[in-house]
Amino acid sequence: MPETIKLSIFRYDPESGEKPFMQAYEVPMLKDGMKLLDALNHIKWELDGTLTYRRSCREGVCGSDGLNINGVNGLACITPIAGLKQPVHVRPLPSMPVIRDLVVDMDHFFDQYRQIQPWLQTETPTHEHERLQTPQDRDKLDGSYECILCGCCTTSCPSWWWNGDRFLGPAALLQANRWIIDSRDEATGKRLDRLEDVFRLYRCHQIMNCLEACPMKLNPTAAIANIKRQLVARKT
Amino acid sequence: MSYLSTDRVEHHFHDVVIIGAGGAGMRCALQLADAGHKVAVVSKVLPTRSHTVAAQGGINASLGNVSSDHWHWHMYDTVKGSDYLGDQDAIEYMCRAAPLLVRELEHQGVPFSRLDDGKIYQRAFGGQSRGFGNDGQASRTCAAADRTGHAILHSMFQQNLRAGTHFYQEYFALDLITDEEGCHGVMAWDIAKGEYHLFQAKAVILATGGAGRVFKMTTNAYICTGDGGALAVDAGLPLEDMEFFQFHPTGIAGEGQLMSEAVRGEGGYLLNSEGERFMERYAPTAKDLASRDVVSRAIALEIRQGRGCGPNKDHVLLKLDHLGEELILSKLPNIHDLALRFAGRDCTKEPIPVQPTAHYTMGGIPTNRFGEVVYSEGENKDMVFPGLFAIGEAACVSVHGANRLGGNSLLEIVVFGRACGNQVMKRLKKHRYYPPLDTDCWQSGVKRVERWLESGKSNQDGPRLADARDRMQSIMQEHFSVYRTEETMLEGVELIERLAAELDSARIDDSCRYFNSELIEAMELENLMVQARLTAAGALARTESRGAHARDDYSERDDEAWLKHTLASIKDGTVQLDYKPVRLQPMTVDSFPPKKRVY
Repeated sequence: MPETIKLSIFRYDPESGEKPFMQAYEVPMLKDGMKLLDALNHIKWELDGTLTYRRSCREGVCGSDGLNINGVNGLACITPIAGLKQPVHVRPLPSMPVIRDLVVDMDHFFDQYRQIQPWLQTETPTHEHERLQTPQDRDKLDGSYECILCGCCTTSCPSWWWNGDRFLGPAALLQANRWIIDSRDEATGKRLDRLEDVFRLYRCHQIMNCLEACPMKLNPTAAIANIKRQLVARKT
Repeated sequence: MSYLSTDRVEHHFHDVVIIGAGGAGMRCALQLADAGHKVAVVSKVLPTRSHTVAAQGGINASLGNVSSDHWHWHMYDTVKGSDYLGDQDAIEYMCRAAPLLVRELEHQGVPFSRLDDGKIYQRAFGGQSRGFGNDGQASRTCAAADRTGHAILHSMFQQNLRAGTHFYQEYFALDLITDEEGCHGVMAWDIAKGEYHLFQAKAVILATGGAGRVFKMTTNAYICTGDGGALAVDAGLPLEDMEFFQFHPTGIAGEGQLMSEAVRGEGGYLLNSEGERFMERYAPTAKDLASRDVVSRAIALEIRQGRGCGPNKDHVLLKLDHLGEELILSKLPNIHDLALRFAGRDCTKEPIPVQPTAHYTMGGIPTNRFGEVVYSEGENKDMVFPGLFAIGEAACVSVHGANRLGGNSLLEIVVFGRACGNQVMKRLKKHRYYPPLDTDCWQSGVKRVERWLESGKSNQDGPRLADARDRMQSIMQEHFSVYRTEETMLEGVELIERLAAELDSARIDDSCRYFNSELIEAMELENLMVQARLTAAGALARTESRGAHARDDYSERDDEAWLKHTLASIKDGTVQLDYKPVRLQPMTVDSFPPKKRVY
């Protein structure tokens, strides 16, 4: 175990008007299993209070600290320092407007999520009791509902880099598929109608960066392929 | 431009402003937005980052999907779990409403796990019985694997997107706007842009969550800093029962991440260094599924008596590998990931090192069961503070009393989120117009920010923010942990008061106005310090052991002297304590009188 960790961190101060730059930091190896977030916290609390990043749950479930770490997107709180090549290059999620340092503007990302209407849609009257769903039908949601909206997948997608204004991106499409495959949802037809578009859906070219980037080990590419299959199936 | 005596503050008008976008705030917002009201949710983080997302095990409701059940049994368990400090009218209300509200969550899209017959999956959880404790363990906790909080929070967010709720995300609440007439709004700071906003509203709802970060070792997110409680105290209101902090028996040793009670609900158990299943000695019937306070004390005693595990003998082991890989990966997948990541253990093969870890703030802003904030005025101990509401972990209704049952916190947020929404609607009918505000009402909010931005220059010799926070957390950890004594607490109160005074001279490095997260940490520390002071004072004064407040020197519960709620406030800079009776009378059923608590 090396005694210190070298990091090179993206800095941008919107107040100064100066160009972004990479700043070198060195922090001690604090403990076995130390995560990147521990290093960022150490810098902020002990060395440089101006370093700016988001964090909340520190256990990989809230999605706050998606970052580009040595060129790969991931969550700082669950990325062990030990396996990383040094100096560890830490940058904000790619292709997003940077607000400051490692903090990016997520508005467009969340807006695309809203566009797929991510809520249960039904027409039949609600029962007094819960809607029934077989364990097998419920199992189909595994691999979709766990998404934490961190943005790691979407911001790793070259198609989204180019056409992010119109291509919904892997995170939103994974959630679109989550409602299409939910046996309780009754708006499948409408959902497919809204997706059938050369940009919104069909800009996915199976590059599969999203699969690599997802910290929850979900598979947006497969979800997108399923949407495409459904669109073909309903034509025949 | 508004009539305020400044151009620096943007003035907004909404029917309702909700501070906090966790489960309680979102559920309340949904109730109001669906009824057509103009709702603003002000949150210091982006949606879905709130700590509800980390709740694991489930939500209690007497659905009876696995075995017969009744809300009255749930009520009994909750009253007993609270060590009789819970208010029985609110507990009856919550347990009665639970089945309706959980089914409603399902209708709103929550992906609950399922039983073979297609109904919502329910698991066993601590302190839950059938037949008023006489007919064995209940299966009452409805679960979406071990990600129930995530499933509920995301569904609530989704429903609010549908309903068109206004989100002001990454806005930090600075100051409540109050006068003799009540609460009229809140001053807030747009974190990203560094601008001031005044949200005027006919009702203000504090849904800001717990304050677990007063302790060093906690399951809580960094953002759990009791912001709403501090706003209330600043407005001259008391906090209730702050000495009751829940220590969850199973946080990952040395790290703090929660290992859900669901592990034991599914059949896991605790072992000491001798390989003994020690809970059998402390709770012969419920064993590992005794109430959380009971299990945490048992672990603390095992460690104290030298039967802790590891080189420092400072933790015990949570064994679940006997459940089999298939069950673990289907019902406890998140636990499996967390243990692997933070304890370096594959729980399908080896046990997880765990220790009692600060987890839940039973105390909070005193409210009635409609979510209205109450305070004492002379003989009237339940005066409503008009226009101000509190829900969720930020509030003290009190449904948890001295100790919360697992699965009741997710329940509380939906039950009282909705109840509060309904009560707010009644208020909106009567209060249709915005009263004019004092044109200088924005001042103290602005001062709060500006002082910190200048602190790097003005307080050059003062303590660094992170050092002050570190000291506060160490003091609370060492002096107000699972077991407490007069001597340690006296010292703790003194230390925390001294540190609180030092905070005025503390400094931060960052003076930038854009996304200054150090500034936010500074104001969060101010908020935490308020709760730490009230927790410390309340704990020292309470000379008994009840629920999560366990003392070596007063080891028994004392109903004669202490069957009452603490009300702690800060007047002229010093902590003052007052008390009010527990509401022992339920809404419709007979009261459960205090009796000895055995599991």
